[in-house]
Amino acid sequence: MAQKAQPIRPYGDRRDDGVVQLSFTFPVPLSEKAKEAAAQFVKKMGLTDVKVAAALPAAASYTMFVVYARASHFIDYSEIDIPEVVLKKLGFDELNRLIEEKLARKVVVIGACTGTDSHTVGIDAILNMKGYAGDYGLERYPWFEAHNLGSQVPNEELVRKALERNADAVLVSQVVTQRDVHLDNSRAFIEEAKRAGIHGKVLLLLGGPRVDHKLALELGFDAGFGPGTRPSEVANTIAHALLKKLGKEPASQHYEGEPH
Amino acid sequence: MVRAMPGQFVEDSQVEYARQLAREITEPIFEMIRRHTTVSIERTVLRLFGLCGAGAGGVPLANLMVDRLKAAGVLSRGAAYWYGRALRMGAKSPTEAVERITAASDHLLAPLLAEEEARMEEEVRSEARSAVEELRRRIAHRDALRAELPMPPPPHRYVIVATGNIYDDVDQARAAAQAGADVIAVIRSTAQSLLDYVPHGATTEGYGGTWATQENFRIMREALDEESRRLGRYVQLTNYSSGLCMAEIAFCAASERLDMLLNDAMYGILFRDINMRRTFIDQYFSRRICALAGIIINTGEDNYITTADAYEAAHTVVASQFINEAFAKRAGLEDRQLGLGHSFEIDPDRPQTLLLELAQAMLIRRCFPDALLKYMPPTKHKETDIFFSHACDVMADLVAIWTRQGIQLLGMMTEAMHTPLLADRYVALKAAAYVHRAARGIDEELLVREDGKIARRARQVFGNALKLLEECRREGMVAAIGQGRFGDVRRTETGGKGLEGVLEKGPGYFNPFLEILEARE
Repeated sequence: MAQKAQPIRPYGDRRDDGVVQLSFTFPVPLSEKAKEAAAQFVKKMGLTDVKVAAALPAAASYTMFVVYARASHFIDYSEIDIPEVVLKKLGFDELNRLIEEKLARKVVVIGACTGTDSHTVGIDAILNMKGYAGDYGLERYPWFEAHNLGSQVPNEELVRKALERNADAVLVSQVVTQRDVHLDNSRAFIEEAKRAGIHGKVLLLLGGPRVDHKLALELGFDAGFGPGTRPSEVANTIAHALLKKLGKEPASQHYEGEPH
Repeated sequence: MVRAMPGQFVEDSQVEYARQLAREITEPIFEMIRRHTTVSIERTVLRLFGLCGAGAGGVPLANLMVDRLKAAGVLSRGAAYWYGRALRMGAKSPTEAVERITAASDHLLAPLLAEEEARMEEEVRSEARSAVEELRRRIAHRDALRAELPMPPPPHRYVIVATGNIYDDVDQARAAAQAGADVIAVIRSTAQSLLDYVPHGATTEGYGGTWATQENFRIMREALDEESRRLGRYVQLTNYSSGLCMAEIAFCAASERLDMLLNDAMYGILFRDINMRRTFIDQYFSRRICALAGIIINTGEDNYITTADAYEAAHTVVASQFINEAFAKRAGLEDRQLGLGHSFEIDPDRPQTLLLELAQAMLIRRCFPDALLKYMPPTKHKETDIFFSHACDVMADLVAIWTRQGIQLLGMMTEAMHTPLLADRYVALKAAAYVHRAARGIDEELLVREDGKIARRARQVFGNALKLLEECRREGMVAAIGQGRFGDVRRTETGGKGLEGVLEKGPGYFNPFLEILEARE
């Protein structure tokens, strides 16, 4: 479907002024020469009207810059095509009722921090009773059966547990992102899921501070959740995706904003 | 120096009662500690005698020897006893001792005549005394440098480096020191706490951090000595004595003149699923070494409220601090060595969180007036909105100076995304220096009304902490942990990793270092 072009560029304090703010550090001592180097570096990025607002001595031989500049290029917003999970979210009781009526059994969810990751803060926030930011975790939902396997769980073990418990969804949490270890761990999980034949059958969800829905889809997951995700968002996503998969709910019923 | 507290909140007798409960709670655990040793403690004994290095495949020599003794079923006499036996077999050095013991057939490990054994142990004791003297000399060297290059007044600003490569860590640590850091922490490689050995040598590859090795400690401390001299102020170094090698790390740190260690009596149990007995036994010996070496320990109560809700679980932090203090005092640590941990973690969307955070931090200062205290920044509610994130960190800076924290970990505005960029440390240090400078003295200028919200909240938290301590005394520590009283995490006495490394001391158990360390009192 052809759409009308919608060119946009950054808004500083005027429409279309193209103002961007940057901050970066050079491994050289603070000096006029360093400032000029910073300005030239930003010009090479294709920006104009470069103003080095601050040059700060981050250490004896490191200088941190705050720079403002203008961009002259634009983006056609109408051409951006990005899948997004936008939910018409049901409340705690409503969602439980929906599962009770339409599924008539508990939704089984298994989650873990996999591979080398020992940081359970994300998976705990989503699965544990307490939840996060006043939003109950999945353990609290009477129509969910949630298992939190904890940290440093090998992919094989997570997949085996998922098969054992006949899980409807598997949550993989990846908090540590150094050297993109979260990507390696995630890919390894998907490989294991394929080997075990649950890929494409069980809902596979990925969460973490450097995760978004698009990245998760690219890696082979069914959905991805970034920082600030509430347990209720995950609960809604799982419940609706499951009902949709089982043909108990029309595809569009609980979503809006997905590309048509 | 007696300074008025911002608030009294609770009677002295109540605080003393909490301390008494903590002593009673820990008493049965000390019974268990006295009767047991661990493979890690025995390896530490060998390291104290000077055994270092690694054999084929990078297996540390201390592990080779202890594993051999354990396999032969004779480790319950203590590694020091077998070290003495190896000397009698003709070993001229700790390394030769390993060779003799690992090569010895089982019949060579049979007992000697009683008087021969007594003579041998006396020789080993004398060698142990020399080893401790040597350790003391190294520590005296550190203390002299500290005296020569005074540190600024607290809160001491603490930042982390975590590149995975010790040489990159050195560059970043120097930069942080130049930007005003008082304490450098080298984050360990992910999952090192689960290794039952201490890796050997300088390392340049790690995940999410850098392997803690004695050589890496030495490299970093030497760089910081140099940087301290250049800056005219002493910069402290810290690492992590937690996991399966608490005591060995404590020895390596003491030997390489580290200033602090993360060392918690319960952290490994709760957050790394390390066996309860193993942790309690190991923490005791590791703390004995810290006591000797004047190493400050930082405890990990702040972690409870990254898993449980910071408002609801505030009292678990206070209760655990009393327990950690009781464990520490029994191991000979002094108040000035106690960086009892807590943190600024209440959900910023709540109303009046500044009052709530002040209530918590002031209460802890009131309960532990002479302890250092270690204050952690917000992490749980950190956002990728770095500007708001920075505002949260600045608020924590204010609470830290207001409540006289000894050590303050600085929050990084990019905390929710990645390990800090070099410039993030500069931004955090500059803001903290400003807030500390601006607000110094506020604790003595502004007293908190005893009938106000802060005092009421402090009393509520303290009351709940007392209830929890009473519960722990009634049920016992093991049952309390089993019921998830701390950090919402449940553990059992025989679950978790490392139980196979715990063994009952045999009738002739011999550990001259434990004798020396315990005789200091």
